[in-house]
Amino acid sequence: MGGLLTEPFLVSLLYGAVTAGMPLLLAGLGEQMSEKAGVLNIGLEGMMLVGAYTGFVAAYHSGSFWLGYLAGGLGGMLTALIVLLLCIRRGLNQIVIGIAITVGAEGLTSLLHYVQFSRSYPRLAAAPVLALPLLRDVPVLGRGLFSHNLLVYLAVALVFALSWMYRSTYLGLSLEAAGNQPAALDAAGVDVVHTRSLAVLCTGFLAGLGGAYLANVGAGIFVPFMTGGAGVIGIVLAMLARGRPLMVMVGAALFGASLAMTTALQVAGIDIPTDVVQMLPFAVVMAVLVVFGRHSMLPSALGTPYTRGER
Amino acid sequence: MSIVAALSGITKRYPGVVALDAVSLEFHAGEVHVLLGENGAGKSTLVSVLAGMQQPDEGTVIIGGNPLRIASPRHSIQLGIGTVFQRPSLVLSLTVIENLMLGGSWLRRLARAAALRRFRELATLLGTHLDPDAPLAGLSLGEQQQVEIMRALWRDAKLLLLDEPTSMLTPQGVADLGRMMRNLRDRGVALILITHKLGEAYEFGDRISVLRLGKVAGGIDPEALVAMEESGRTATIIRLMFGLEAGEAATTAGGHAAELAILLGRKIHGPAVVDRSQPPVLRVREASTRAEFAETPLRKVSFELWSSEVLGIAGVDGNGQKHLAEMIAGQRAVHGGALELGGIDITQGGVPERRGRGVRYVTDDRLGEGTVGALPVATNLVLKEVGAPPWWHHGITDWAAIHAHARVLIERNDIRTPSALTPAGKLSGGNVQKVLLARELDAEARVAILNKPTHGLDLHNQRLALDRIGTAAARGVALLVISTDLDELIEISDRIGVMFGGRLAGIVDNDAGAIDRVRRLMTGAGAT
Ligand SMILES: Nc1ncnc2c1ncn2[C@@H]1O[C@H](COP(=O)(O)OP(=O)(O)O)[C@@H](O)[C@H]1O
Ligand SMILES: [Mg+2]
Repeated sequence: MGGLLTEPFLVSLLYGAVTAGMPLLLAGLGEQMSEKAGVLNIGLEGMMLVGAYTGFVAAYHSGSFWLGYLAGGLGGMLTALIVLLLCIRRGLNQIVIGIAITVGAEGLTSLLHYVQFSRSYPRLAAAPVLALPLLRDVPVLGRGLFSHNLLVYLAVALVFALSWMYRSTYLGLSLEAAGNQPAALDAAGVDVVHTRSLAVLCTGFLAGLGGAYLANVGAGIFVPFMTGGAGVIGIVLAMLARGRPLMVMVGAALFGASLAMTTALQVAGIDIPTDVVQMLPFAVVMAVLVVFGRHSMLPSALGTPYTRGER
Repeated sequence: MSIVAALSGITKRYPGVVALDAVSLEFHAGEVHVLLGENGAGKSTLVSVLAGMQQPDEGTVIIGGNPLRIASPRHSIQLGIGTVFQRPSLVLSLTVIENLMLGGSWLRRLARAAALRRFRELATLLGTHLDPDAPLAGLSLGEQQQVEIMRALWRDAKLLLLDEPTSMLTPQGVADLGRMMRNLRDRGVALILITHKLGEAYEFGDRISVLRLGKVAGGIDPEALVAMEESGRTATIIRLMFGLEAGEAATTAGGHAAELAILLGRKIHGPAVVDRSQPPVLRVREASTRAEFAETPLRKVSFELWSSEVLGIAGVDGNGQKHLAEMIAGQRAVHGGALELGGIDITQGGVPERRGRGVRYVTDDRLGEGTVGALPVATNLVLKEVGAPPWWHHGITDWAAIHAHARVLIERNDIRTPSALTPAGKLSGGNVQKVLLARELDAEARVAILNKPTHGLDLHNQRLALDRIGTAAARGVALLVISTDLDELIEISDRIGVMFGGRLAGIVDNDAGAIDRVRRLMTGAGAT
């Protein structure tokens, strides 16, 4: 096991953990906002996939990563509009609609990709990297953590911004109330449907952004079904994080690291069957659920539609 | 005095009922306007219309002389209307001050300092002593009620609606509320108070209106109220409430027994006669249970319970009451000591065996442990006999029998449900409790344990539940009733036992001095 503590292995592991963890972080933060407000957003995977597709197409045609991100976010948001209209406004079952969104997004993006690119898979150029001054010179960490696309640092900033928002603004209070006692929020003069709609649209944007990062930066390419369970992990992260954005980041890092393990081990020249390593993230999901799942403390009105004046 | 708000010809229909039928009323500044009416008369619907929670089908609301439509709760607040709803509407996971701050514009930082100033202002006005940073879930119902009132007054309400605010309060809480209401009235606020108790209506009210089946049946205006004798007022109100002819004896208003008892603050019936020359039905000897995290176990509890007896169990919550109930029901192992039912040792038996011998248990966790919310009422009514005849034969469900059985019980116990197939979770708390009581206090019941049978119910349903307990006792069932409401225990019990630190600190006969002895025992001091 001599290869494990070498610089190439560690750099590859850290770098890979960030790249693989980013989509999970963004989607997890988004899902957390919906869940806080009482909406169980099972369609997260579908929103990521649509974001990956629209983000890739926009970046491919414009050559701009920023337009790619924007298009990815908007794609996810557009998908979230379905949840808004059907679940929040009409009170339909959130789980059923969520599953439909994911299945539908898988089919639709595959089809659109095929129509557009036939069987070819064009690549984007490598994403621009912003190596942070001074920090980039730290051994191992410099190349592992501080040489990434600008969006990575913005996402970390977002974690703290969301923590602050939940704690210190009226919006944070409204979201919490919408998830726990929507009738009380309504009685206080805040529209529950508006509050939840805002949360779900933000979720869609963040999930789509995560998808765009996955396609444009992580892979540089769009492949049908490319999210491969990332949305599901995002939901798990949000549920376990007990409303704390920082915990989503810790979780995303953990899952990111286990995803990055495959490449890192190859870099280190260690020969463990890839099947075993690829199982790792899912083993981690199960272990985490066993340890923390009992105490996830979800909002009491999670998944329950609210209609004013209804008994 | 000036009219703050008025309703003109308000009609509100729900599927199958006209909740408000062309209601016109006026609410004056500096006046407490009491609304009386039977359960379902439309009082809460009237409140919902003024609070912007419901839109009337016809009619207008007039505020400060302008006819308008109150489009949303926010609009109602902006119009200077503050509401304390019948159902608690606060966020339990937030603190007191956070609950009060709810409703500010989204992107602004929480203005905590300003909120605290307003909080102290209102605390002085109302004479309350709450900790603004206390989590709401930790407050008593009375304290939560104070928070509700503060929230209703937060933006200087000109009209304050109070929908049955006293039903959850202790006598002290009611007195405090009365003081608050007088304070507000003297500052020119118009108040609407809904209550089921005539005593409160007379004590706090300046004007009384009575609703009946969605219509204004009549009322007593301030001059008449002052001029009338109490007996005259009461006769008038009862006549209006139940739609009786003048001269018809109000006290015999058939079918309204529960409602009348509430109105007049009277008991439905006294304890049944207990024959202690017979051997007791249930004998508990030095029974203990095993300690569990955050729960008080039983320590050598002994008592005897006779047929037709109601043994009340008082005590501050968490002194072993839950273990006592679960141990007798067979849900919790007896760890030392013995239980005897009708002379037969049942210490080892589990739930099915004890149920077979007539032991019944009504849990305080109505929707979690007592019923399966997603299952229909009919299934919930046979929930404890799943798989057993006559409802199941060799594993095959006899739906016809279950549904027929359910229809009988629904009818007999006045369970208000759209149908026997409605999921139990859709029913109101009072009706879920009726399902539980119907299931547990059946013909084969010999010993029934009821844990907080009236907790969280409205007055009407509290009455009905107590009534059912009295009827069961008269039939010969031996009842153990656990409650934190001492008044209720005094009303229904033959004897009252007090739990303290997992022990039965003592049992006192329910006679004149009982309440003082029970209070003393509750603090852990010995009875004398
Ligand atoms: N949201 C609702 N949906 C359907 N029916 C309702 C609703 N609210 C009240 N009702 C019905 O309207 C009538 C009046 O109810 P309510 O105003 O709550 O009476 P009260 O407060 O006087 O007890 C009742 O028959 C009740 O069943
Ligand atoms: Mg009511």
